[in-house]
Amino acid sequence: MTFLFGLMAQSIQMLLVLALAPLLIGLLRKLKARLLRREGPPIIQPWRDLLRLLRKEVVLAENASWLYRAAPYLIFAMTWVAASLVPTFATGLMFSWSADLIAIIALLGSARFFLALAGMDIGTSFGGIGSSREAMFGSLAEPATIMIVFTVSFIAGTTQLSEIAAYMVANLELRASVGMALVALLIVAVAENGRVPVDNPATHLELTMVHEAMVLEYSGRYLALIEIAAALKLLLYISLIACVFFPVGLASHDAGPKAMAIGLGAYVLKLAIGGGMLALFETSRAKMRVFRVPDFLGAGLMLGLLATLLVFVTRSL
Amino acid sequence: MPLYLALTCVSALLAVSVYAIVDRQNRAISRNVYRLCLGLCGALFLAAVMPRGAHVVSAALPLGLPWIGMHFRIDVLSAFFLAVVNLGGAAASAYAIGYGAHEKEPMRVLPFYAAFIAGMNAVVLADDAFTFLVAWEFMSLASWALVLTHHHEEENRHAGFVYLLMASFGGFALLMAFGVLGGVGGAYDFATIRESTKEGWKTGLVLALALVGMGSKAGLAPLHIWLPLAHPAAPSHVSALMSGVMTKVAVYGFIRVVFDLLGPPAFWWSIEPMSFGAASALVGVLFATIQSDLKKLLAYSTIENIGVIFIALGLALAFKANGMALPAALAFTAALFHVFNHSLFKSLLFFGAGAVLHGSGERSIERLGGLIHSMPKTAFLFLGGCVAIAALPPLNGFASEWLVFQAILLSPALPQWTIKLLVPAVGVALALSAALGAGCYIRAYGVAFLGRPRSEAARAAHDPDRWSLGTMAVLLTLCLIAGLLPSLLIDTISPVARDFVGDRMPTQAELSWLSIAPIAESRSSYNGLLVFVFILFSAYSARWVIHRFGSARSRRGPAWDCGYIVRSPTTQYTGSSFAQPIRRTLGVMAFSVRERLDMPAPGDMRPARLTVEIKDRIYDYLYAPLTRAVASCATGLNVLSLLTIQQYLSLVFAALVFLLILVAI
Repeated sequence: MTFLFGLMAQSIQMLLVLALAPLLIGLLRKLKARLLRREGPPIIQPWRDLLRLLRKEVVLAENASWLYRAAPYLIFAMTWVAASLVPTFATGLMFSWSADLIAIIALLGSARFFLALAGMDIGTSFGGIGSSREAMFGSLAEPATIMIVFTVSFIAGTTQLSEIAAYMVANLELRASVGMALVALLIVAVAENGRVPVDNPATHLELTMVHEAMVLEYSGRYLALIEIAAALKLLLYISLIACVFFPVGLASHDAGPKAMAIGLGAYVLKLAIGGGMLALFETSRAKMRVFRVPDFLGAGLMLGLLATLLVFVTRSL
Repeated sequence: MPLYLALTCVSALLAVSVYAIVDRQNRAISRNVYRLCLGLCGALFLAAVMPRGAHVVSAALPLGLPWIGMHFRIDVLSAFFLAVVNLGGAAASAYAIGYGAHEKEPMRVLPFYAAFIAGMNAVVLADDAFTFLVAWEFMSLASWALVLTHHHEEENRHAGFVYLLMASFGGFALLMAFGVLGGVGGAYDFATIRESTKEGWKTGLVLALALVGMGSKAGLAPLHIWLPLAHPAAPSHVSALMSGVMTKVAVYGFIRVVFDLLGPPAFWWSIEPMSFGAASALVGVLFATIQSDLKKLLAYSTIENIGVIFIALGLALAFKANGMALPAALAFTAALFHVFNHSLFKSLLFFGAGAVLHGSGERSIERLGGLIHSMPKTAFLFLGGCVAIAALPPLNGFASEWLVFQAILLSPALPQWTIKLLVPAVGVALALSAALGAGCYIRAYGVAFLGRPRSEAARAAHDPDRWSLGTMAVLLTLCLIAGLLPSLLIDTISPVARDFVGDRMPTQAELSWLSIAPIAESRSSYNGLLVFVFILFSAYSARWVIHRFGSARSRRGPAWDCGYIVRSPTTQYTGSSFAQPIRRTLGVMAFSVRERLDMPAPGDMRPARLTVEIKDRIYDYLYAPLTRAVASCATGLNVLSLLTIQQYLSLVFAALVFLLILVAI
């Protein structure tokens, strides 16, 4: 019975992230539009777009290889698995131990690897430019993430996200290192998801674009999979920040349905707040030049390193 | 029994190399030699894994120096490295049964090939300093001869020269190291050295000399400059052996001296391996990212991986010195696991590069492209190797790097301030090199295998023979198994950790669902198999749902590319343009890059030209002054060759008196 319940909770989490991710994007677009005094599309619009894309025929470039056709499924699957391993409404779900925080980051790295390869498969200059820049951003953002992982795991004494969240709930205190890690993670999250000021998700045909350049040749169901993977990634980062730094309301896996329901409500609220803050941030910033991005990410890396050093130093005192 | 089997096989390998010379007229000689090597490596692998009854098996043979003899021994460490060496050796031989047939001058490869494998095995089996050094030099010289296989090319002759210099330098450092270890009494067998007491200054000196000697062979920065020249110069299966296996023999030597012979470590021993390891990891990956020669790129990436291994070994030393046996076991296991993994995927990638070289005749990725269409099988296998080496789950490279990260996460408990400040810096270097490594292989694979062919050779390329493909497939399968079931490997390595750092990781096979948890499940755990199953399940269910309820139709058309219609393959991103952002942002750390744009004035008809000049700082600031100093010394000493007989006699007399005074003091 507990097995079935555990399996159910895990499946609910998987389906929940899948269902919420496009809605998060929809909310973000709506809020951004409202901030610019436009009406904006309804929140459900990304789901409508996805379903429309899924029903459409795919137009493949003449020299697309099998890798190009397999990549969307792999990218989607890896991001989905990573997103469903981050605690959303409850900690310690059935398979939460199968990958710790480092493995989740690395799974996103795998997805990036295949996305960048897919960008180069057709052999167009746009694809190459996107992949090249994605590789550069990734090679700075990933170490910054690892440094953040170091900081929080040094403090909590574990790399298991569920345990970290449980520790953070039990030991609510202000720490300078955690603050720095939070800022660093925000920087990484903005860069990894290609949001303003690093990349503009709303543009096409702009020389500074990154993500859109890589997926330029994709259409139909492949494009839908990549879009939903991008939405899942954004959701993952917001869940990660919420779970590590604001673990309020998280239910434990053996808590009853009532605690789970509260956790679910808290999670949706956190997502909405995260989306709202991102919308506010995006509308108040201009996009930066592509070669300024390494400085931006470098600041994240340095903050992460400082936080780690701080933990190392204070740990012994 | 295993030791005698191993020694017989080593002698048989030497006999094979004689056979290769004697029977050189035979048409099938190449295939015969590689088949024999495959069989002997297989037998040696069996000798390594067969149960040994006693924990340690040793033997002394009345060979070599009369009053010393030659001592051989198999313990858990040598058995592990014996397995790694011969797995790599067997793979290279199997690959070469097909690939070796294309060699134009087989006589420049075959005798040295068998001797090279024999030398590597002998190093691992040696149990006294004399045997070790003889085997070491044998291995160096045999591999040097293999580097000079294609000696008609100027570049390769230069590579051979630099390699010979660095190998003699490293061998000299090792000679000194064992000299200091053995002492004036000349007790050179490892058992005596192990028992003897070492004074403080001696351990420091031996540690430095061992790091120089073994590090120069392993390719530790800044002693790495020969490696990217020499490894690619040899035929591809030999490159795989040199990069995948010989560097591991050097790691074995380092472990043998520092973890075994030198006795209990002090905490400062860890500083050198960690800092040089971190430097190697960064230098290696940054240079790999800007290479356009596929084999050179792989060689630089070897330097990176050796750096990772040395970082883990340094951590193990630090933990061991502080009496933290369990974390030490974790770091040590991570190092050995990465040794095993790297030997697998580096061999696989070099075989792939060999297949590309044979299939298209090109080594530069700038003239390749679209190989996924012309060499589909190689492309698939090479992709697997790239995913593995880029440390991406669920393959094996990630499993071992994950263990290294877990070891770093245990380091705040170390009491020394030096290490406390060093470890986070090393952690950043490790994280950076892992991330850059992924970028580097995106570039290598994307430019060489994806896109459209940039030359006729790339369009007309073809897959290699069945032996080559089969070997690569076996290696990829091993990578997958090691990645999905890392617990198997960890439990195999555990006895080595128990003997050399005093503890072992908890038995992983007992954990549920075959996951791994280095310390405790509440602390960290990873289950490659489950993650892999989840990914496959999600991908297939998504595919099924979409095909069932959405659309499964597709049609081919010209690429969109924002309406740009010039279809020349030169419009693609090249390798150097791909590396440009990284060159520009991170390049200043490792190399000085100067970009010069020569833009003709309007009306001027000459083409605009962008020249990029990349200089190796290590070469400019370390080796170039050294070369100049040696050259000027040599010129200065030239005077001595033009003396008269009286002057010579007085010089000899003065030297004699000087030495006698030195001895008297």
